[in-house]
Amino acid sequence: MDKAHPDISVTGSAAAKLSWGQRSGLAFTVLAVVLWVMAGLGLEIGRGGGFWLWFSLLAGLFGVIGYAWATYRDLPLGVKYRAVWFRSLATRGMWAWVLGAGITAFYIILYFYPALLGLGQDGAANSRLIGFFDPLSIMLKQEAASQWFVYGVFYTLAVLAMGVKFILKYRHNRYQVVRTLSVMFFQLGFAFLLPEFFQRFNLPATDLKQMWPLNYYFFQDWNLRLLIGSGNVGLWMLFTGLAMIFVISPVLTYYFGKRWYCSWVCGCGGLAETAGDPFRHLSDKSLGAWRLERWLVHSVLVFVVVMTLAQLYAFFHKNPEGYFVTRGFFLGLVLCMFLGGSVIGMVRPGVFSAISPKVKYAVWGIIGLILLSLIWAYWSGSPRLFFISSYKLSKWYGFYIGAIFSGVVGVGFYPVFGSRVWCRFGCPMAAILGLQQRFFSRFRITVNGGQCISCGNCTVYCEMGIDVRAYAQRGQDVVRAACVGCGICAEVCPRGVLRLENAPDILGRGKEIRALHIRQDGVKLEMD
Amino acid sequence: MHIVIIGNGISGVTAARFIRKLSGYRVTLISGETDYFFSRTALMYVYMGDMRFIDTEPYPRGFWKENRIELLRGWVMKVDPVNRTLTMKDGRQVGYDKLVIATGSVPKWPEVPGVGLEGVQGLYSAQDLAGMERLSKGLKCAVIVGGGLIGVEMAEMFSSRGIAVTILVREPGYWGNVLPASESALVGRHLKEQGIDLRFSTELVRIEDDGSGRAGGVVTSQGEYIGCGFVGLTIGVRPNIGLLEGSGIECQQGVLVNAHLETNIPGIYAVGDCAELRGPKQGRQAIEAMWYTGRMMGESLAYTLCGVPTVYDPGIWFNSAKFFDIEYQVYGEVPNVLSGRYASLYRQSADGKKSIRLVFDRDTHALLGINLLGVRFRQAVCEKWIREKCVVEQVMAEIDGAGFDPEFSGRVLDFLGEWVPQVGISDNL
Repeated sequence: MDKAHPDISVTGSAAAKLSWGQRSGLAFTVLAVVLWVMAGLGLEIGRGGGFWLWFSLLAGLFGVIGYAWATYRDLPLGVKYRAVWFRSLATRGMWAWVLGAGITAFYIILYFYPALLGLGQDGAANSRLIGFFDPLSIMLKQEAASQWFVYGVFYTLAVLAMGVKFILKYRHNRYQVVRTLSVMFFQLGFAFLLPEFFQRFNLPATDLKQMWPLNYYFFQDWNLRLLIGSGNVGLWMLFTGLAMIFVISPVLTYYFGKRWYCSWVCGCGGLAETAGDPFRHLSDKSLGAWRLERWLVHSVLVFVVVMTLAQLYAFFHKNPEGYFVTRGFFLGLVLCMFLGGSVIGMVRPGVFSAISPKVKYAVWGIIGLILLSLIWAYWSGSPRLFFISSYKLSKWYGFYIGAIFSGVVGVGFYPVFGSRVWCRFGCPMAAILGLQQRFFSRFRITVNGGQCISCGNCTVYCEMGIDVRAYAQRGQDVVRAACVGCGICAEVCPRGVLRLENAPDILGRGKEIRALHIRQDGVKLEMD
Repeated sequence: MHIVIIGNGISGVTAARFIRKLSGYRVTLISGETDYFFSRTALMYVYMGDMRFIDTEPYPRGFWKENRIELLRGWVMKVDPVNRTLTMKDGRQVGYDKLVIATGSVPKWPEVPGVGLEGVQGLYSAQDLAGMERLSKGLKCAVIVGGGLIGVEMAEMFSSRGIAVTILVREPGYWGNVLPASESALVGRHLKEQGIDLRFSTELVRIEDDGSGRAGGVVTSQGEYIGCGFVGLTIGVRPNIGLLEGSGIECQQGVLVNAHLETNIPGIYAVGDCAELRGPKQGRQAIEAMWYTGRMMGESLAYTLCGVPTVYDPGIWFNSAKFFDIEYQVYGEVPNVLSGRYASLYRQSADGKKSIRLVFDRDTHALLGINLLGVRFRQAVCEKWIREKCVVEQVMAEIDGAGFDPEFSGRVLDFLGEWVPQVGISDNL
């Protein structure tokens, strides 16, 4: 804030009164929440058979949609983030902290104290909130609800309701509409309904779009055994999971960048883009945050790789005759992958030079340690890779990364740090896809010549904390590992300077500085 | 070598940045307006709550120290070319080896009674934004004088707060001295849809006092009285050169400079809004008060200052703006009245929100300019066509290569439709 002009930093007032349409919408939403709170407190609510459950779900859904429709139908097409900085909820004001605390508390109870939500202990029936959701669960899979079911319903409801709101706001931009419909489809279909139906037919309740490493237990002993032991469907799920990791994801990321997953398919992304949209400007744009991001997200990646190798090693150690892949074969495979990856990294132009010496040493160090552990394990016949039990690694990962980072911090911190804290600082899948996007994909946000007027809208509204303006004002393509391709920077740009595109010249990306007026033809430097 | 730059806008800052890229000279950037360079194109977004003021600063605050560009806050009152010294308002003296004047513009003030009342101002500086913010308290109606780019920004700002806006436009259509009639009508329609009260062929005659020294209403050339609490002056800008009086630096409207952006006094240069070219390029103006040309001038001058004399060549004309929700782009020559050698193809969308105009030479069919509303084209492609004098038939064949709208927006060719030009006949609107 410019000290001489304190009155112009943020002085406007928040929007005027709400319209009747907005008020009705909000009333229904509040009513739904009241019903859930009542259920949560254990109050018996009227008729059985799920009437109030259905009422609360529909009230919640159409309350939000009604509010959104009332808000956006009268506003001109193209309105974006008017008056954002005047509102308490969107600027880390009191209401933002209240909301953040509330969501964080909900996650903690969900993960660690489900009995408080009413989960039946030792075979007893469900009660309270979870009991309230029993009718829906029974309808879908003929089983009582769990805390994860309730979570799934809330999550899906949020993505659907706020997805419609987002579409109404951006109905003039087809990319935003299609992308949001995609995310809503994948959340409702793949993350919620399909796993329920799988369970109904005694099949593994798999979210088919949730691939490793996001699905960090995929290679765990119990999961591999479950899939292999569930007939053809289970084997198909195993095969699909592997195909996603080794074929589908690399190919799609090559053509489209990581946006195909992060802002079109992923559930975390789905919530971030819909329910998290009002908070996207809270992401930290500083260089310090970027540095932390790179170290942290790649550390989580190392953690998950180490854990997975340990899990697989343990699996093959325990079942030496059961499967066609022996321990030795597995170790050999891993060795080849590491060596292959290193060779590609060194040979491919641009990759080696883009990495700083510190990072190079870290990477070589880690690969070296892993390879040494592999060789030692094979030679000594040890049951454990890396000297730590894979079970312990899985537990730690599951607790710190899977629950705390991804869940509690990831969503609880929306109103304070924006919608993509997990995606940016913790998601190992984002790390992998990001590396590929940065070095081996066709995706870039291209810049229209010298048109940028440096206003800063793009940077403010980038949910991943990328300083987009720094690239735009130089006329340089944005080629960043973090970019999830949400397209909002291009949308808020008042001069149409930015465009998301997949173009073939991978090596040429990000090279041209189009805002340069004088061509650089061997100009000599003049030193004082 | 110490280079001092008066003014921390895009022109002065670009000069400073490139001087640092090309040399180790000492660079001092002086500004009375703000401590740090900010993008004045974003002032409207601060008022509307889309951004905070600090978000308008294009570089992090550590950038200046990192790049050894010294910042000095204060108003320069006098320039002494003989002793190579500047005198600041607080009495400080600043010495220089070379001087760059990048003082920008000030809004033009019409010479009418009442223009000195409170509540009357333009929109250019950070201080103007603060003024608008202060004057908006309890404001019900505003009158904006001048139908151009700043006028529409002010209108959008007030509109976002539910303040009624009337714009007095001298021309018969919005921005009629730049936009051809069809585009002007399109913009006018859009503004009216936003609830803006447009008065064409109307000028300001006088501003009335509300009894307390503040503007209470205006009287127009159509004989009408319009009550309001704020009068926005957006009839244009003029170079900010008041501080150079008596210095010996030759000025007319702006600071007179040659092709190398040097003034009559060796070692003193001028860039940006405040500079007036003695011999502008064919088809261009002597004074071009725009973000883009300011940036280009700053870059060109830096080369000259660092030992690579560079003639300032603005290249092919381009500009952009936004009228509420309709984006505007122009490349090359698009006269507001098409006659003589200028012919054009004009297409407008069914909903009246988008238009494309291709201006070409009537005889040779060479593309001369492109005018766009609500449609985004690639600058590199448009400039190539114009530079290479591509015939308009060829441009039509390649038109999809210029599309820059977001994915899934549909092909440009579908919008334009089939069009086969015939020699001697033009589709002129």
